[in-house]
Amino acid sequence: MDLVAIITIFVLAVFVGFEVVSKVSSTLHTPLMSGANAIHGVILVGAIIVADHSETNLELGLSVAAIVLATINMVGGFVVTDRMLEMFKGKSGNRASQGSGDKK
Amino acid sequence: MSRTIYDLIGLGAGVMFILALKGLSHPRTARRGNILGAIGATVATIAVFFYASEGNELPLNNLGWILGAIAFGVLVGVPAARKVQMTAMPQLVALFNGVGGGAAALVAIVEYLKLGNTASTGVVIATVFTVLVGCVSFSGSIVTFLKLQELMTTRPVVFPGGRFVIAATLIGTLASAVWVVMELGTTPLLVLAALSLLFGVLFVLPVGGADVPIVISLLNAFTGLTVAAGGYVLDATLLIIAGTLVGASGTILTRLMAEAMGRSLFGTLFGAFTAKPQEAGTASETRPVKSGTPDDVAILLNYARRVVIVPGFGLAVAQAQHTVRELADLLTAKGIDVAYGIHPVAGRMPGHMNVLLAEANVPYEQLSEMEEVNPTFPQTDVALIIGANDVVNPAAKTTPGCPIYGMPILDVAQAGNVIFLKRSMRPGFAGIENELLFDSKTTLLFGDAKASLTKVVGALKAL
Repeated sequence: MDLVAIITIFVLAVFVGFEVVSKVSSTLHTPLMSGANAIHGVILVGAIIVADHSETNLELGLSVAAIVLATINMVGGFVVTDRMLEMFKGKSGNRASQGSGDKK
Repeated sequence: MSRTIYDLIGLGAGVMFILALKGLSHPRTARRGNILGAIGATVATIAVFFYASEGNELPLNNLGWILGAIAFGVLVGVPAARKVQMTAMPQLVALFNGVGGGAAALVAIVEYLKLGNTASTGVVIATVFTVLVGCVSFSGSIVTFLKLQELMTTRPVVFPGGRFVIAATLIGTLASAVWVVMELGTTPLLVLAALSLLFGVLFVLPVGGADVPIVISLLNAFTGLTVAAGGYVLDATLLIIAGTLVGASGTILTRLMAEAMGRSLFGTLFGAFTAKPQEAGTASETRPVKSGTPDDVAILLNYARRVVIVPGFGLAVAQAQHTVRELADLLTAKGIDVAYGIHPVAGRMPGHMNVLLAEANVPYEQLSEMEEVNPTFPQTDVALIIGANDVVNPAAKTTPGCPIYGMPILDVAQAGNVIFLKRSMRPGFAGIENELLFDSKTTLLFGDAKASLTKVVGALKAL
């Protein structure tokens, strides 16, 4: 792709990234970090592309390792973020209905 | 599927990631935001299976291996995420971040092996960046994991001449980066990866326990940038967008965290270069303190009308959140007004304490933010401080020049009585003596927070 186009995308994404999180309460710092962490797990797409291109056993072995790691990052990241945020559910006032029967 | 459709799907996923970050910034929309992000990532992953890059045919080569690897990753990641204790959650996030950085580095290495001498200089530079920062993020995150899991000391690790070793490693890493760009060989790349891994370890070792969350957040931003660089190597726009978003928002978040904790970001980052070996034992404090028994504490609580509980790091470490709720329930049953005063950075990470107490089913109405609870301390009979120190240290108000000066604190000194449950007289992470410990209205109960609380609950029941 054209280098200028890539730089354009990069710079605009930097500003969007700055803007969306500029006003966040400290209560949400940890879940936000965890959610952002899960998003970069999308490197899984890159890992699948290189696995597709792999010709030697070495390349395939490294790609497969990359896929495993990226999947853990992405899937695990979203699940653990959801668990954190589930704890805040009671804010709307229906704490009692949730009770101690946390889903197992 | 054509390249156009594939790229449009990528754009859609990118928009979902933006909405995800936006949603995660507000309590009401946070959960939906996270789910949107998960959908975006899933759509992007599925799309790649239906897109054949030039010259390739569907299905993808090595499809069995790819699907098997994904299944394996899910089998490892999901149970880990679901079963982890909420107190251990920060280190799990660190670990997830580390493996993401490792994955990005591996992707860049494989692509580099394939491209060989045909790679353009731009691609080689992006590859070098991805391998370098990805490896630093990987090994650095592993060290933060070990620190938080207390598999190694949480204190800063500084050895004589350490900063020269670190500086030398950094120079070596950068030199090998230049070497890769000039020589285009496998050997320089492996040297680069090895030195970057070493640098990641050395970079995080001198960081003290209190600064670890900031470092995790920073490494998270690093991983985002490596993913963006990896996207350039692979000509994948979505990776550039997603990686840059995480890199940018992660940087801001790191700064916000450092501010909320009253830490200097610069000091944290370059601690590796400025840290000096610590003096053998700081001058031990010999002034008398009033130390009490669980019965003394129970009596103080029993005759109070209003009690404010200030939970801190020590409560999280001792996993005492359920016991503290038991104590609060007991007091409430006696008609005592109970509130929790939550400092914005109580716990191991900003917001961590809210998660922990919510997990123990503490009623949300009892959790008061600092601004709400501070004006009520003059009407409070007992402030019960469990494993917290710096967040109630009046030095933040009274001692200009001390490391936490200017950090907002919980005004517990205004309460009628102050009780500290502490493990020892050791100062908090900021390493500053707390004058309040020597105040005449302060009672100290030494010991593990959970054990102490259990004894207090027992004593209270016996009254």
